[in-house]
Amino acid sequence: MRIPCPLCGERDSKEFSILGDATVKRPDPDGPDAAGEFFDYVYLRDNPAGTHCELWFHEAGCRQWLVVTRNTLTHEVAGAELSAGRKAKKR
Amino acid sequence: MRYSALSIVKNALSGNRHWKPVWREREPKKAYDIVIIGGGGHGLATAYYLARNFNLTNVAVVEKGYLGSGNVGRNTTIIRANYLLHGNNPFYAHSLKLWEGLERDFNFNAMVSQRGVLNLVHSDAQYDAAARRGNSMRLLGVDAELLDRRGVQKYAPYLNFDQERFPIQGGLLHRRGGNVRHDAVAWGYARGADARGVDLLQNTEVTGFKISRGRVTGVETSRGLIRAKKVGMAVAGSTSRVAAMAGMRLPIESHVLQAFVSEGLKPIVPGVVTFGAGHFYLSQSDKGGLVFGGDLDMYNSYAQRGNLPTVEHVIEAGMTLMPSIGRARLLRSWGGVMDMSMDGSPIIDLTPVKGLYLNAGWCYGGFKATPASGWCFAHLLATDEPHQLTRAMGLDRFERGHLLDETGRGAQPNLH
Ligand SMILES: Cc1cc2nc3c(=O)[nH]c(=O)nc-3n(C[C@H](O)[C@H](O)[C@H](O)COP(=O)(O)OP(=O)(O)OC[C@H]3O[C@@H](n4cnc5c(N)ncnc54)[C@H](O)[C@@H]3O)c2cc1C
Ligand SMILES: [Zn+2]
Repeated sequence: MRIPCPLCGERDSKEFSILGDATVKRPDPDGPDAAGEFFDYVYLRDNPAGTHCELWFHEAGCRQWLVVTRNTLTHEVAGAELSAGRKAKKR
Repeated sequence: MRYSALSIVKNALSGNRHWKPVWREREPKKAYDIVIIGGGGHGLATAYYLARNFNLTNVAVVEKGYLGSGNVGRNTTIIRANYLLHGNNPFYAHSLKLWEGLERDFNFNAMVSQRGVLNLVHSDAQYDAAARRGNSMRLLGVDAELLDRRGVQKYAPYLNFDQERFPIQGGLLHRRGGNVRHDAVAWGYARGADARGVDLLQNTEVTGFKISRGRVTGVETSRGLIRAKKVGMAVAGSTSRVAAMAGMRLPIESHVLQAFVSEGLKPIVPGVVTFGAGHFYLSQSDKGGLVFGGDLDMYNSYAQRGNLPTVEHVIEAGMTLMPSIGRARLLRSWGGVMDMSMDGSPIIDLTPVKGLYLNAGWCYGGFKATPASGWCFAHLLATDEPHQLTRAMGLDRFERGHLLDETGRGAQPNLH
């Protein structure tokens, strides 16, 4: 499995460590159903068989967090982008 | 037919031509009282105990592949009851008791071998933690012995005691733990369930649920609709996918765990040794192969295979612990898909859908649990009440904050 790091190029997955699902969003702690939303955020996962967006840390490279799109059935990596950049784009 | 020494002699004399198939191939009936999804160890054990303990035999086990094609036939066969938490270990202690009488009970040779499980420790803190865990086990009537460095040297002289990164300081020895022939567990439970009237439906995949007014009424399968009053899910690594068909999202992620076996060697490793600090454990099969494994590959996966970095990591750890394995050739490696729960402990419970029951979250330790899991899941299916040994294993514990987190690592499933 190789991950195309936007800064370092295509690198062996061994250089990275994974955190997990990148689609979960930290809820608003002051929201009306904060307890329920936090339960959801902390514990529940879609755990899809197929395309999965996940956070990987390029530990032995640029030390940036990446959002990697990968297929959990085939381990095929479709792409990777900087996590920080993604957030900025959305704002 | 009951197996016995006499039946072996009789069949040998007639050239072994008259053995009967171990179970029957059935056509699915239109309806059952109970359908169990998943013909792995847990599904088959559940069917067996439904028939044996509750006399419920209008039951089908629906398996998408062949019986035992999942993790029950892919694990490294270790059984033990050396958990710390009192919400967990009484369940595993019960499982160990069932293992001890299993072969007589289901009249099948599962080669249950209580050859001991040793967990190594490498620091004062780990030594203290092992003492605590041992005490907790002994309070529940499970055996545990704390060994110092000399004790480990005597028990497992083939380990490397000179390594400096993880010097062996001692270990926690659990003599009643050991190994069991995994395939035979699936076959023994299957045969026992079949003999009591359960239908075992192989190559039958569940593709959906029939749910009406919040109650399950059957399952859609690749061989048509099968109606059922109650449906139990015991699909291990496929849990999220199957539960999603009933509209559920669960505190589970699927991850791949690899295992390895060497060529057959003369006896060298008499029991199970685990080297948690280095991510390595091994035992020796009765055929002589060294059977070993390590940690998860860490990324989410539904592929029953892993990648090379983990292979390298496991072998490196093995060479650190026991350099002599470097002389053995590796025969095979393989992977299985684990249902990793958010606190590392299993879930056996009712679900929000009436008549639908969940057995999942076994992580990489569900083989040892097979008898107790079947025992308690059968109890739940038959009575609608969780068995008292699984009271702490409810699905709502995450929301309530009553986690069963043996290692205290939090909601990070690949770390459990
Ligand atoms: C490499 C490895 C090493 C391990 N080592 C140990 C160990 O030493 N000790 C230990 O205690 N545990 C160990 N485990 C864990 C243990 O094997 C599992 O926790 C346990 O086997 C899971 O329960 P099961 O046997 O019912 O699962 P499985 O055998 O996986 O059964 C689930 C079944 O459900 C079926 N299924 C899935 N979806 C559907 C569907 N839609 N319709 C119909 N059927 C479906 C699957 O085909 C499968 O046969 C290990 C696992 C692995 C992979
Ligand atoms: Zn990089």
